Amino acid sequence: MASSSNSYNSPCAACKFLRRKCMPGCIFAPYFPPEEPHKFANVHKIFGASNVTKLLNELLPHQREDAVNSLAYEAEARVRDPVYGCVGAISYLQRQVHRLQKELDAANADLAHYGLSTSAAGAPGNVVDLVFQPQPLPSQQLPPLNPVYRLSGASPVMNQMPRGTGGSYGTFLPWNNGHDQQGGNM
Amino acid sequence: MNPKRCAACKYLRRRCPKDCVFSPYFPPNDPQKFACVHRIYGAGNVSKMLQQLPDQTRAEAVESLCFEAKCRVDDPVYGCVGIIHLLKTQIQKTQNELAKTQAEIAVAQTKLSQTHISDFM
Repeated sequence: MASSSNSYNSPCAACKFLRRKCMPGCIFAPYFPPEEPHKFANVHKIFGASNVTKLLNELLPHQREDAVNSLAYEAEARVRDPVYGCVGAISYLQRQVHRLQKELDAANADLAHYGLSTSAAGAPGNVVDLVFQPQPLPSQQLPPLNPVYRLSGASPVMNQMPRGTGGSYGTFLPWNNGHDQQGGNM
Repeated sequence: MNPKRCAACKYLRRRCPKDCVFSPYFPPNDPQKFACVHRIYGAGNVSKMLQQLPDQTRAEAVESLCFEAKCRVDDPVYGCVGIIHLLKTQIQKTQNELAKTQAEIAVAQTKLSQTHISDFM
């Protein structure tokens, strides 16, 4: 849960950074606690405080924490890699999906081969029925990367980002610890 | 001054100088591209970011900024982080499927070798 910092008379990280008084209704206070100064510094550097204020004001209160965490994630990615930002990570992950899909297709082909040979040898022939059919990536939800970004200049940004509590995406959000098990250095 | 102003200068209603940092990347025939980036980052921030980069990396930086800005406009809560979430979910799922398939291959191999052994008995 987001905690308001100005209830303890300590200005939030945003107001501290902007050198202004942190008022009781401060829109930043619940999401930029004073003990995380870097979070706001990055967001301000990339998006600007006024843009973030505008963005948060256009959202429902329950959406704001996730929005701030995703902005902080993007901002840190852009600070680490000024050319590609999050797109470097997306490109890396897309290639990982593609590679895994190829491996899965090959494994399924292998299994089909074993299924046929075991059937021919008189063993039960239902092994193939157990195989998962690979689910295609939901491309309609993924805007095409155009051009496809090379990762030559991209730095590893995944799993090194600010972490919060997550929301409707649950534990799979990049700033949450859960389920971050895929290989690679991202 | 450029006879044909770039999309950025047109949008900002200003003269387009000869050394305009935006003009190589925001052609006048694509006004939406700059509008999107300006809405999310602001012209000043984009200008600053581009000036801190060597010329040869600026085009790709603009493309990645445009992509992220478009994602943020489409999804104001998660932006392109939503795509990262989708991809990580897909990776997790595919890894699980791959592990299951590999386990089934191992079972099939064992069954096959046992069949061969029993054939020789």
